[in-house]
Amino acid sequence: MTQGNMQPEEYSKLVSKMTPHSRHVRGCFRAFWVGGVICMLGQALNALGETLNLCETAGPMFTSTVLIFLGTTLTGLGIYDRIGKYAGCGSIVPITGFANSVAAPALEYRREGIVMGIGAKLFTLAGPVLVYGISTSIGIGVIYWAVRGWLM
Amino acid sequence: MSELLIYGKAFLVGGLICVIGQILMQTTKLTSARILVLFVVSGAILTGLGIYKPLVDFAGAGATVPLTGFGYSLAMGAIEGVNKYGLIGALCGGVTKTAAGISAAVLFGLLNALIFKPHAKP
Repeated sequence: MTQGNMQPEEYSKLVSKMTPHSRHVRGCFRAFWVGGVICMLGQALNALGETLNLCETAGPMFTSTVLIFLGTTLTGLGIYDRIGKYAGCGSIVPITGFANSVAAPALEYRREGIVMGIGAKLFTLAGPVLVYGISTSIGIGVIYWAVRGWLM
Repeated sequence: MSELLIYGKAFLVGGLICVIGQILMQTTKLTSARILVLFVVSGAILTGLGIYKPLVDFAGAGATVPLTGFGYSLAMGAIEGVNKYGLIGALCGGVTKTAAGISAAVLFGLLNALIFKPHAKP
């Protein structure tokens, strides 16, 4: 490699190779810290659930309910979209992002009415998640049922 | 000290799961809807294979708050359902375990749409 005397076209090739790379790194960094902070918030809610003497089943339910409440409310206030623009997957992947994907289309299409606007659009993004999530879990349950005796 | 450590683990693991999504989105142009579906399904499959439970034990909310954790709850519910009720438990277990989250999303999503006005996209 002759790094010292580089042709202009080689240089511009190098620039275009490096530029999106640094943008990707920045995107990953933002997703990392925002997603991490949301998970730490979840951990704090878990601890709060413990001090409220919630049982092993109710504790996680409490945490996800509060996070979903935060996700939908911040969506309604227009704040979550801004977080999303900054953090990318850092705001999509946590459960608050699921709440956002439920709340945002319903809010956007409320003009089309209570039934086919809000009612139907609540599930534009949640629908696919539930369809494939639930179906996969049923498949896993059936496989587990079939191999259970053989596992023990 | 161990109190702080669990927060560190939650931050690290939760952040890394989000980075996986970010990398997928940047390199494959998957839409956010596909990312959501992919994460829930892979969370459920990893749970079925017995890989995700140790991660939950290690990182707490760092593993349960991302959507893979929703898949984890679905799959754990289905497995617990089979243990309790046999084959029919595969049908009811997953949704039972995640019912609070799903109902909360529906209720808060509905109230949200009734209370707030749509915003211009930033």
